Amino acid sequence: MLRGETVLRSGKHFMDGNEACAEGAIAAGCRFVSGYPITPSTEIVEHLSRRFPEIGGMFLQMEDELSASICFQGAVWAGVKGMTVTSGPGFSLMMEHIGFAAMTETPSVFVNVQRAGPSTGLPTAPAQQDVMQARWGSHGDYGIIALSPASPQECHDLIITCFNYAETYRCPVLFMMDETVGHMHGKVTIPSMEDIHVVERRISTRSPSDYAPFRVVEGDVPEMTRAGAGHRIHMTGLTHDERGYPDMTTAAQESLVRRLCGKVNNHVKEISMMESRHVEGSDVVVISYGISAQIAGHAVDAVRAAGIRAGQVRLISLWPFDDEAIRNIARSTRHIIVLEMNLGQMVREVERAVRGIVPVHAVGNAGGRVIAPDCVVEKIREVLR
Amino acid sequence: MNQPVLLSPLLRQERMPHIWCPGCGVGVSLNCFVRAVEKSGIPQDRIHVVSGIGCTGRVAGYVNVDSFHTTHGRALCFATGLALSRPDSRVVVYSGDGDLTAIGGNHLIHTARRNVDMVVICVNNFTYGMTGGQVTPTTPENMKASTTPYGNFEYTFNLPALMEACGATFVSRWTVFHVRQLIRSLEKALKHRGFSFIEVLSPCPTLYMRRNRLGNPLNMMEQFKERSVIRNGEGTAGTSLEEGADLIVGDFIEVRRATFKECYERRMTEVLGERFVPYEGVR
Repeated sequence: MLRGETVLRSGKHFMDGNEACAEGAIAAGCRFVSGYPITPSTEIVEHLSRRFPEIGGMFLQMEDELSASICFQGAVWAGVKGMTVTSGPGFSLMMEHIGFAAMTETPSVFVNVQRAGPSTGLPTAPAQQDVMQARWGSHGDYGIIALSPASPQECHDLIITCFNYAETYRCPVLFMMDETVGHMHGKVTIPSMEDIHVVERRISTRSPSDYAPFRVVEGDVPEMTRAGAGHRIHMTGLTHDERGYPDMTTAAQESLVRRLCGKVNNHVKEISMMESRHVEGSDVVVISYGISAQIAGHAVDAVRAAGIRAGQVRLISLWPFDDEAIRNIARSTRHIIVLEMNLGQMVREVERAVRGIVPVHAVGNAGGRVIAPDCVVEKIREVLR
Repeated sequence: MNQPVLLSPLLRQERMPHIWCPGCGVGVSLNCFVRAVEKSGIPQDRIHVVSGIGCTGRVAGYVNVDSFHTTHGRALCFATGLALSRPDSRVVVYSGDGDLTAIGGNHLIHTARRNVDMVVICVNNFTYGMTGGQVTPTTPENMKASTTPYGNFEYTFNLPALMEACGATFVSRWTVFHVRQLIRSLEKALKHRGFSFIEVLSPCPTLYMRRNRLGNPLNMMEQFKERSVIRNGEGTAGTSLEEGADLIVGDFIEVRRATFKECYERRMTEVLGERFVPYEGVR
C-alpha cells in the first residue's frame, strides 16, 4: 500500500464534488471500496476504480447494495479503512448494514449522493430528502454521525473528517452529499500530507487474555483489533457482552444499546460543526445545510443589502444534532427559517431544539431542483412583515 | 467420576453447551471441520470463520478463531472483503441452506463466479431451523414445512450443479454420516486455491423430521448410509436429490482456475505494468 505524498494529488484543481470526495477518501487512507453503480454517485467509484490500482487500493463492484455495504466491513475488520458509495434507492438497501456497523462498532463510511425520491424518483436531480433516514433508517436505537458538504472543496475535506470520526467513535459515519454538490465543479485544493489530519486506527496492544473487543477501558469506545492479530475475537449483530458473545438478557441489551447511543450523543460538542454569521441581534436567521446553504447565503446577502438584519447558520454536521447551539441561536434572533430540499425534515429537529422560543418557518420543495434564492428572500420579507 | 471433556483448542470451551438440538447434524459437521483444520496444519490465527444467520450460522460463535457472525445471507460478502484484505489467511463461510441459497442466493452465485479464494460450508437440513421449520429452496418436493402445511410444491435447487454452473472450482457433497470423507474433503478444500463449496446434508429432527414423520435422527443416518452412492470427480450431472433416487455424494469438481485476486493482478499488470501496485490489505 502506498501512502503519503506519492498517492496524494496535492495542489489546486478544478474538479467536481464526486471526484473531490474520491480524492479525499484516498487522503484519509481509505484503500478498500465496495460499491454498486447508481446515479448520481457513480463518478466516485469510477474515479476510484482508475486510481486504486496505482496506489495499492481495491475497488470491488458488487452485485448489489446489500453486498456492497458489508463487503468493505470485512476489509475493515482485516485492519483496512473502507467505505461504500450510493444514492437514494441504494441507501435504502444499505440500512441493514448501517445497523450492523453500529452494533458491531465497525469504523465505516457510507457516502450518499442524494437524489429526489421516493423510490426511483428523479435519478439525476438533487434532493435533501434522506436526512431523517440517515438518522433513523436502520431498525433499533443507535448513535450515528452524518456530515453534509456544501462545495466540492468540502466534499474533499469533510470525507476525511468522516473517516476520522469513524475511527474515533467506532461507528458508521454517513456523508450526505447531494446531486448538485456532487456534480458541481469548483476549485479544490488538496493540501500536502503533513497538512491533513488523519486519525489512524487504535489497534489494541493487549494480550489475548487481557483483551475483549467490546470492553471499554477508557472513555466509551472500545479498543479495536483486526483479524489475525491473535485476539481470536468474536463479533455478532446479536446483542452481546464485552467479549462479543451473544447475551440474550435485557440487562445486556440495556447496557450495550445505551452505550452505542451515548458514545456518539454524549459527544455532540466534539462532533458538531456549524458556521454562523450575523446571528447576534438579528431579526431572522436562515438555517440550512449542504447546497441549500449556498442558496441561503445569497438570500441573506440580498436582504442585508436592503437593510434587513438577517443572519445565517450552516449545519456542517447533521447528526448528532446540536440542540444547545440551535437554542442559543433562537435566543439571539426573532425568527428562524429552515431551508432544505425536502418537504420538512430538519425543520422538525430545529423546532424541537428551539422549544418555542421564536417562530420556526420552513422553506422547501419536493426535490428535483435547487431552491431559488428569491423564494428565501420572499419568505424573509413575509415573516418580518 | 466423569472425565473432563477434552475439547479441541479450536472450540470455545466457555461457550459450551451449544444451542443445537440432540440429533442435529450441525455439531457433527463442526467436529469434522475442526479435525480438518487440525490436519491441514493451518495456524489457528490464520483461520477466520464468517457465518450468516440461522442454526448453522451459530458456528462462528463456537470456533476459537477470529469469527464473525454477520447478517442474514451476507456472510459471503463480508468474507470477500476479509479474504482479499488478509491474503495470508484462510476464510471459511459456514452457514445453512436458507441463509446461503435463499436470502444469500445472489451473493452465492456471484462469489462463486468471481472464484474468490474461500471455503463455503453449507449445512443443508432442508429447512429454516432457527425460525421454526419453514420451507427453503432445498426442501424436497411434497415435504411439509410450517409455511407449506399441505406440502412443498416448488422445484428445489441442486446446489452442487448450481455451484458448478457458477464457476466454483471445488464442489463436494457429503452427509453427516460420511465423517471420514467429509474431513478429507474439508482438508482438501482448505488447501484448494479458489472458491470451494461443500454441501453437508444433515438431519433436523426437531423441525423437519418430526413434521414429516421421518422417524428419529438415527433413521436419517441409516438413510444417508443406505441410499448414498459415492461418485468422485465426475461432475455434478445427475446429482439432484430426487425422491427415491440414489443419494449421490462425493468430491464432484476439483479444478484449478485463477482466483479473483490472481485475475485482478494479471489484468492490472498487463495494462498498467510497473504502475500497478497490488492491494495487499494487511499482512
